[in-house]
Amino acid sequence: MIRSVQKFFFNRSSRRATIAIIVFLLFWETCSRSMGWFGFQVPWIGKIPAPSAVITAWIPLLTDSGYWTSWYLSSKRVFTGFLMAMILGIPFGLLLAINRTAYGIMFPTFEVLRPIPPLAWVPAAIIFWPTAEMSIAFVTFLGAFYTIVINVLGGAQSIDQRFFQAARSMGSSQWDIFKRIVLPATVPSIAVGASVGMGITWEVVVAAEMISGGGSDGGGKGGGLGFFIWDSYLGGSYQQIVVGMISIGIAGYLSSSLIRVLGDHFSKWTRR
Amino acid sequence: MNESVKTSQHMGRGQISIDNVVKIYDPEGAAVMAVDHCSLEIAAGEICMIVGPSGCGKTTLLNAIAGFHSINSGSITLDGKLLCGPGKPQATPGSDRIVVFQNGALFPWKNVLDNMMFGPVMAGKMGIKEIKEKAFSMMADAGLSGTENNFPGELSSGVRRRVEIVRALMNDPSVLLLDEPYRALDSLTKSVMHEALLDIYYKNKVTIFFITHDLQEALFLGNKVAIMTSRPCKPKKVLTVDIPYPRSYSVVTDQRFRDLMEETSDLVHEEAKKSFAAGEREG
Repeated sequence: MIRSVQKFFFNRSSRRATIAIIVFLLFWETCSRSMGWFGFQVPWIGKIPAPSAVITAWIPLLTDSGYWTSWYLSSKRVFTGFLMAMILGIPFGLLLAINRTAYGIMFPTFEVLRPIPPLAWVPAAIIFWPTAEMSIAFVTFLGAFYTIVINVLGGAQSIDQRFFQAARSMGSSQWDIFKRIVLPATVPSIAVGASVGMGITWEVVVAAEMISGGGSDGGGKGGGLGFFIWDSYLGGSYQQIVVGMISIGIAGYLSSSLIRVLGDHFSKWTRR
Repeated sequence: MNESVKTSQHMGRGQISIDNVVKIYDPEGAAVMAVDHCSLEIAAGEICMIVGPSGCGKTTLLNAIAGFHSINSGSITLDGKLLCGPGKPQATPGSDRIVVFQNGALFPWKNVLDNMMFGPVMAGKMGIKEIKEKAFSMMADAGLSGTENNFPGELSSGVRRRVEIVRALMNDPSVLLLDEPYRALDSLTKSVMHEALLDIYYKNKVTIFFITHDLQEALFLGNKVAIMTSRPCKPKKVLTVDIPYPRSYSVVTDQRFRDLMEETSDLVHEEAKKSFAAGEREG
């Protein structure tokens, strides 16, 4: 444990990252406090609360259950939407890749629906789904779904013909080919689709929460991180807006890392 | 070990008859004739080298034997059994004919051992333990011990080729179909690979159908060499290389080898020129 911490700080790239973050925070602090310190306001950054003020606003929130409920609600929506997108997107992408008829019937419709931004679905989703919670989950799902399908489809279609020929020569049935060639060969594309899709779900969930008023538990604290930001804005607490933003950054980073670790685990062979 | 001993060892399995095979791509439209009334006899346990310029239709012939492509007329039999011919335009791919591809077709997501075991597992005739034992013993024979846990991407291209040939042999094929397997290798690696292939050949009773455009490779490895015409493809000259196995690389400097080179290089060069001219016209 101590070893790995030591390694982290003596490793050149992590040292660089640490220094970069510190420099960034110092720059931000200086610019935010420019009015008080130098008598003039640095444009744009000068209007943003300083990191020290943000941290001061953050500390009491750490013991506030409403803040953690926001984390919980947003994460729950992200993972629900994301998992649904994986559960439906992977088989759908594979189906499009291996069945020419299915591709012919469904791909054109899919391609027309795909460019519609998930957020454009928010009003329709609110009408279609009985609860606000479900409409947010649906919009989040859409965010990841298209990316996952496109990646799975592309990955499965680009499998080299010779792998199929070799497998057939060695006596594989259609099912064997699907299970032992198509599926493993598509895993790296699934991993890429999942990590991109995960990023999109965070973008989407926050916006959806802002628009729909934070879901069924909304109307106060505890409507998700997107609602937390919006609520802070309406309440004029600019420090809390930044707290919310950084929280989302951290949450998004953690979930992407998780997906990346899982993806790497399942596609070891692509690393030389 | 001399020629007569070897052929008797290989009696029975892997005799191929190619009879008047015609393959036309896109017969309704562009009608490109790839193979034109091609006939060739390959004895069981023979190394038959198919030499011809790139794009002449050699691979089409290989694909017809493997069952990846259909033919338009003629027939191909293996040990007297019809692979494709009248009423059956496309052969069924099977583990009696395994292809070693130009770019390699080891499954990159499986380690070497799992690649080795793939064919026998699919065949389902042996238990997993037996298959594993066979894989280890064949890998040891081919000098591949210690690579079993590597993914193909972690191996050099020369080692990958050897693994692929051994994976093919795991299926106990009657015929190995090699499609320019050493094309991408440098000439030093190539010479090592040639000796390794012959070594494998001495140990396994298998017919080898080997496509190349390298005449020296053909004469060094083959005991039958078929020089093909440029598209449409058919044998222009079939000769027997009467240099006994086992052959070592020093053979290439022998008078007999040089005579054979001389005899054939003009023929190959002529076809290469024709193919080049045709390419110029099309391009």
